[in-house]
Amino acid sequence: MTRLSGGLIDRSKVLSFTFDGVRYSGHPGDTLASALLANGVQLMGRSFKYHRPRGVVSSGSEEPNALVELRSGNRQEPNTRATVAELFDGLEARSQNYLGRLDRDLLAVNDLLSPFFAAGFYYKTFMWPKAFWEKLYEPAIRRAAGLGRVAEGADPDAYDKGFLHADLLVIGGGAAGLAAALTAGRAGAKVILADEDSRFGGRLLAESHLLDGAPATQWIEGVLAELCTMPNVRLLPRTTVFGVYDHGIYGAVERVADHLPTPGAGVRQTLWRITAKRAVLAAGATERHIPFADNDRPGILLGGALRAYANRWATAPGTDRPVAIFTCHDEGHRTALDLQARGVPVAAVIDSRNDAVAQGDYRLIAGGQVSGSQGRLGLRGISVTTASGTEAIACGALGVSGGWNPNVHLSSHHRGRPVWDDTLGAFVPGPGGPGGLLVAGAARGKGSTALALADGAEIARQALAELSITAPVIALPQAEDTAPNGTTLWHVPGKGRAWVDFQNDVTVKDIALAHKENMRPVEHLKRWTTLGMATDQGKTANVTALAVMAELTGKTIAETGTTIFRPPYTGVSLAVLGGGDTGPDFRPRRLTPTDVFAKSQGAAFVEVGQWMRAQYFPKPGETHWRQSVDREVIAVRRDVGLCDVTTLGKVDVQGADAGEFLNRLYSNMMGTLKVGMVRYGLMLREDGFAYDDGTCARLAAHHYVVTTTTANAGLVFRNMEFARQCLWPELDVQLISTTDAWAQIAVAGPKSRALLERIVDGFDLSNAAFPFMACAELTICGGLRARLFRISFSGEMAYEIAVPARYGNALMERLMQQGADLGVTPYGTEALAVLRIEKGHAAGAELNGQATAAMLGLGRMVSQKKDSIGAIMSRREGLAGETRRLVGLIPEDGQGAIPGGAHLFTEGAARNMETDQGWVTSTCHSPHLGHPIALGYLEGGDTRLDEVVIAANPLEGTETRVRVVSPHFIDPEGERLRG
Amino acid sequence: MLIPHPLLGLRDAAEFTYLGDAALLNRPDPGAGEAAFCDYVYLRDNPAGVHRELWYHEQGDRSWLVVTRNTLTHEILGAELARDVKGGAA
Repeated sequence: MTRLSGGLIDRSKVLSFTFDGVRYSGHPGDTLASALLANGVQLMGRSFKYHRPRGVVSSGSEEPNALVELRSGNRQEPNTRATVAELFDGLEARSQNYLGRLDRDLLAVNDLLSPFFAAGFYYKTFMWPKAFWEKLYEPAIRRAAGLGRVAEGADPDAYDKGFLHADLLVIGGGAAGLAAALTAGRAGAKVILADEDSRFGGRLLAESHLLDGAPATQWIEGVLAELCTMPNVRLLPRTTVFGVYDHGIYGAVERVADHLPTPGAGVRQTLWRITAKRAVLAAGATERHIPFADNDRPGILLGGALRAYANRWATAPGTDRPVAIFTCHDEGHRTALDLQARGVPVAAVIDSRNDAVAQGDYRLIAGGQVSGSQGRLGLRGISVTTASGTEAIACGALGVSGGWNPNVHLSSHHRGRPVWDDTLGAFVPGPGGPGGLLVAGAARGKGSTALALADGAEIARQALAELSITAPVIALPQAEDTAPNGTTLWHVPGKGRAWVDFQNDVTVKDIALAHKENMRPVEHLKRWTTLGMATDQGKTANVTALAVMAELTGKTIAETGTTIFRPPYTGVSLAVLGGGDTGPDFRPRRLTPTDVFAKSQGAAFVEVGQWMRAQYFPKPGETHWRQSVDREVIAVRRDVGLCDVTTLGKVDVQGADAGEFLNRLYSNMMGTLKVGMVRYGLMLREDGFAYDDGTCARLAAHHYVVTTTTANAGLVFRNMEFARQCLWPELDVQLISTTDAWAQIAVAGPKSRALLERIVDGFDLSNAAFPFMACAELTICGGLRARLFRISFSGEMAYEIAVPARYGNALMERLMQQGADLGVTPYGTEALAVLRIEKGHAAGAELNGQATAAMLGLGRMVSQKKDSIGAIMSRREGLAGETRRLVGLIPEDGQGAIPGGAHLFTEGAARNMETDQGWVTSTCHSPHLGHPIALGYLEGGDTRLDEVVIAANPLEGTETRVRVVSPHFIDPEGERLRG
Repeated sequence: MLIPHPLLGLRDAAEFTYLGDAALLNRPDPGAGEAAFCDYVYLRDNPAGVHRELWYHEQGDRSWLVVTRNTLTHEILGAELARDVKGGAA
């Protein structure tokens, strides 16, 4: 154990966890990384490409190396950064990306072959022969590369999404963020403070600086206590704001239960969509490392991370040897002092500046650079080169401090370009970033504690002033205010490999090669070397790489440019993006008014659009769906059947110009329809193709009710509103969708009139009084208002009766009860489809968006006397010349099934596009005829009755000889309808 | 995105259905002929910059809006009821 004194861990509790199957212990407050270091574990994984042994580099979400798999079974989660994984009792963690054992990875052979794996290696090597890619190269590369393994099964945890609104969103809860939130909170503004860490405080938790002479945690706790009392402030710890979207919308993931073994009854993570009038980005800064030969050994960390592990987590890497520091900055000296204060011996501070001055009692090597390192699985020593030569220094850990890069990421999400600040030696947020987002503190280079505090408060005041909210000036604690003092050192020149991007194994040499091969623009450099393209998105690599490229090209960094950062800031799981919209909750389910009845009958259900419709109603003894469907079809043809047709869209059209409006929408005339009558209507798209059909009933002079297909209910209504508002706003017409308001039941079959007579309140249903295509408003069952339409989809004498939706189920049950002696039978969507195919009515398969009215046999329905949507374009050459027509098809042998989607060919013709004569649209077994039937489009079909053609299904290599017949398999004269 | 609905104030874009170029308001006169309709149906401007486009408040009050939006920045410069735009043009 390497535990130092102090720290923000709760030593009163011990947590047990395993890493690669070995049991260790830690304390509440630990991360997996800090607990592993405290247990003396430095080797945490293998690198992506060369399988180099790697240890933790950072102490935060920028971590490139310490990627681990957490948990097991279906909760197994790969590529989790050990630096942000909170320790809990029973945590299982495993290292990744090796074959065999982590300490003897067989794939480490890649490292020996590294001369072959230079930048662009894959692009250059696996190009040829082309056929080898899919079968040989890619599977082998995929096996060897990649990081962790995902769980095979479904994620057992629940996720959620939610919406939040704020005047001010503060991103980051360090010194600047806390000062901003407190300022805004006291001003009474609605504030959200989000921080990715489990604990607010940011770098204040990692440093030894005092605030008002006391440990920083005292001030932090005071601020948090005050914020918690404010009803206008919401604190979101463990929440990463990962992206900025348009108009002040921010995406954030709250890791509600990632720090617990399981979420229990709650959710694992929540996706928040935060709409904020203003936001303060107080995301702090990420420390830079300095590439030198073999700078990737376990035990080589960022200097700031060493301080964080010592001060916050009371631990230090490297148990048996002292720690060395490599810096170009005063920062490195602070690391030495902090470590010494905690009792960690410091071997030396190597400062690249010749004029560096020691700030305490440690050995300083001024004007020195670390030029190499030793130790296979953990650091054993370093080589230090000065003007006078090279010296070996034994050490178990090295802290590298190359300066700080402001975390500008979110400020560059809307093509905002960071700008180079020569004084700071860093990129700071530039102009043109997301509107409403202001940057404060170290995220814009104001990195001392005092500056960050003051800047956070001031930027919050500015943001609120833009909203006309006056914020008070808050008292800030006395804090450290050292001006940054250092130089920039981008890499140590030398022969060995010096890593720039640890996670994707990109070295200074790779960048030099990209430069040599003219991949110099930043975006090319990235793609050629894969720099910055790993799961960490190059948080510790990008700026250094730019600087190296700038050096190679002889340009300044400002001239070299920068890359665009895109969301997400850190990885976001697909599960939380789904937010619980999975399985049956994927989208809303709409239940029909007779759902209770259908369930009581044991119906099978099918999704139609969002609706759950009864598909068929199996009776005891029926073992195959066809048995049920055939029985239902025959019942309709012989007696009477009932089907819930509520799902068809219904639009109520009222107004003095309703008739004229419908004339313009439908290809056929509706204005001339008599009150009390219904007409079939066909709608075209403006491009002239048919897109929907339905019925149009005129209930009163200025009142129509039109129906649409189930699938197009939303689209037709939208288009009707478009016509009303955007094309002809001068017409006096009003629309309302009444699809959900009225339950509608089809009562179909020769005994339908007899059944309805039993429930209407003295309404004359005789053929003379209520003929085919009549409609009326009436009452039934002793006073219930209803609408009755004598329309038929089945070809039988049929009615559709509509009642207010809440009576739908009762009506269905009443009809079943009243019709028991008539043989009344409920039927589902399958029987509905068979009935309409037998009758030759078009449905979705025929109205597929490529059919003209003429193809449907409805060419004459496009009125020549008036304009309507699509009328003009339906007459253009390509459409008017369309000669395919809807036909019926029966198997020549009287029994072979006709495959749906089969294409039609003349006998003896080749089977290709040129000879294609059409296709089969709908197919079924006709219980009425006792053999399979189909509908299809056939070239000149209306003139080819009785011809035998071939229905070919080349996908399955089957062909069926089919005879062309009328599409009206039943009652072509329509006598049943009018009976 | 947030769309400033002229009647309802700022509304989330998720409540809307997008159609595109507001030139669809200008349906040709039926006598204008096939070529005019062909242009109307198939040809749309797709500028990089300020664009007037149609949005339908489908999950809201069913208003069709003409929204003026910069397609490069997503800045929304204004939103009007389509029927007012159409009325003004008539």
